Amino acid sequence: MATKTSVRLTINHESYDVEVEPRWLLSDVIRHQLGLTGTHVGCEQGVCGACTILVDGKPERSCLMFAVQAEGLDIITVEGLSPDVKRLTPLQESFRDHHALQCGYCTSGMLLTATALLEKDPHPSETTIREALSGNVCRCTGYQFIVDAILAVANGPKEVQE
Amino acid sequence: MKPGAFEYRKATSVKDVVTWLHGDSTSKILAGGQSLVPVMNFRLAHPSLLVDINEITSLRQITCDADHITIGAMVHHQEMVENREVRQYFPLLSVAARHIGHWAVRNRGTVGGSLAHADPASEWPAVMVALQAQIGVEGIDGSRVISAADLFLGYYTTELAADEMMTTIHISHPNHPLGFAEVARRPGDFALAGAIVEDFGDAHGSVTWFGVAGKPERVKVSLPKEAALRAQSFQTALQTLTQLDEDRHRQQLAITVAERAFQHSHLNGQEYFTFEGGQV
Repeated sequence: MATKTSVRLTINHESYDVEVEPRWLLSDVIRHQLGLTGTHVGCEQGVCGACTILVDGKPERSCLMFAVQAEGLDIITVEGLSPDVKRLTPLQESFRDHHALQCGYCTSGMLLTATALLEKDPHPSETTIREALSGNVCRCTGYQFIVDAILAVANGPKEVQE
Repeated sequence: MKPGAFEYRKATSVKDVVTWLHGDSTSKILAGGQSLVPVMNFRLAHPSLLVDINEITSLRQITCDADHITIGAMVHHQEMVENREVRQYFPLLSVAARHIGHWAVRNRGTVGGSLAHADPASEWPAVMVALQAQIGVEGIDGSRVISAADLFLGYYTTELAADEMMTTIHISHPNHPLGFAEVARRPGDFALAGAIVEDFGDAHGSVTWFGVAGKPERVKVSLPKEAALRAQSFQTALQTLTQLDEDRHRQQLAITVAERAFQHSHLNGQEYFTFEGGQV
């Protein structure tokens, strides 16, 4: 039964040729075949948001898509947010500055959802932020610091504090 | 929590789909997959063949003017939220779409997929029944049109044959006030109860609930001016349905959301889009 098909995935602007079984979820292929373990797997039913990736710029659940479907799509995972692996994006820095994570399990999904939100609406209200994040569950922070981190980016460049 | 094995085929035309479905009685259409893939992850469904219809781009079109709208079966929920013509001419559809799942789910889930899944707590089936939508369906022997009222048979069950696929949803604007309301535990959760109310004028209208019975039904209702009398009227309408349970909480919610939907039907402009239920 385990007939594999080859697919070419475009992830973080790089091409990967992988052999996949049709039943393999995109989230699992990203983690297990490609080793991009920044994408986390939580509920595998689309509720928790830990596996959120950007597909053609829009947040989608990588656990609710088969890898075999992803050929030709432009996929961004948390590893691809910053063009330079040694530097964080302003949003990632803001997460650090505002203590917007504790265990970090939800963080990649939060970052990708928030990145897409800021791309679509650079100055979202707190309500808009909370609505967008409603599909990403965090069990540590109580959300306030995450919202604060995104609001800080939305409200302009960070002031440099010496 | 991983799906069982299946054969995967990518369709590029409706003809491909119905031919393949016809050839394998345990096949399934893979549209957005936002309900099907979770069900497969739980191994509650194990289709032998998945026919992926995401590349049939002709099914992603919306044609809309003040009087009519035709929605391709593969239009994403989020497109229904954001589309300018939909917001202008059929704002009810945009408001309803905003209540479906989360942003990431709305970006991939489709109108046709939601209708075919026929979850009694989902928004689109009730909206389509309330607006008396006509559903275009293709099969191996040609096409047919099914009224939304005839499409839903009960829990997760539709009139569609195993080798048929939905292609379009057509709605004529009823040209009277339409309101939508829903109660869920958290934004994006399935509705505990929801309603679409039409106000025909002269204290008459209809209510179509979701999350309350096994399938949506459009029930005629009187809409007296006084709120207490309206609540009684909704109560009477509710008794005509075969309800999911005898839970008094759910019955009270059903009456509350119907009242909210009635109030929503009389809002305009930005207020119509931001209505969250108020103080009912």
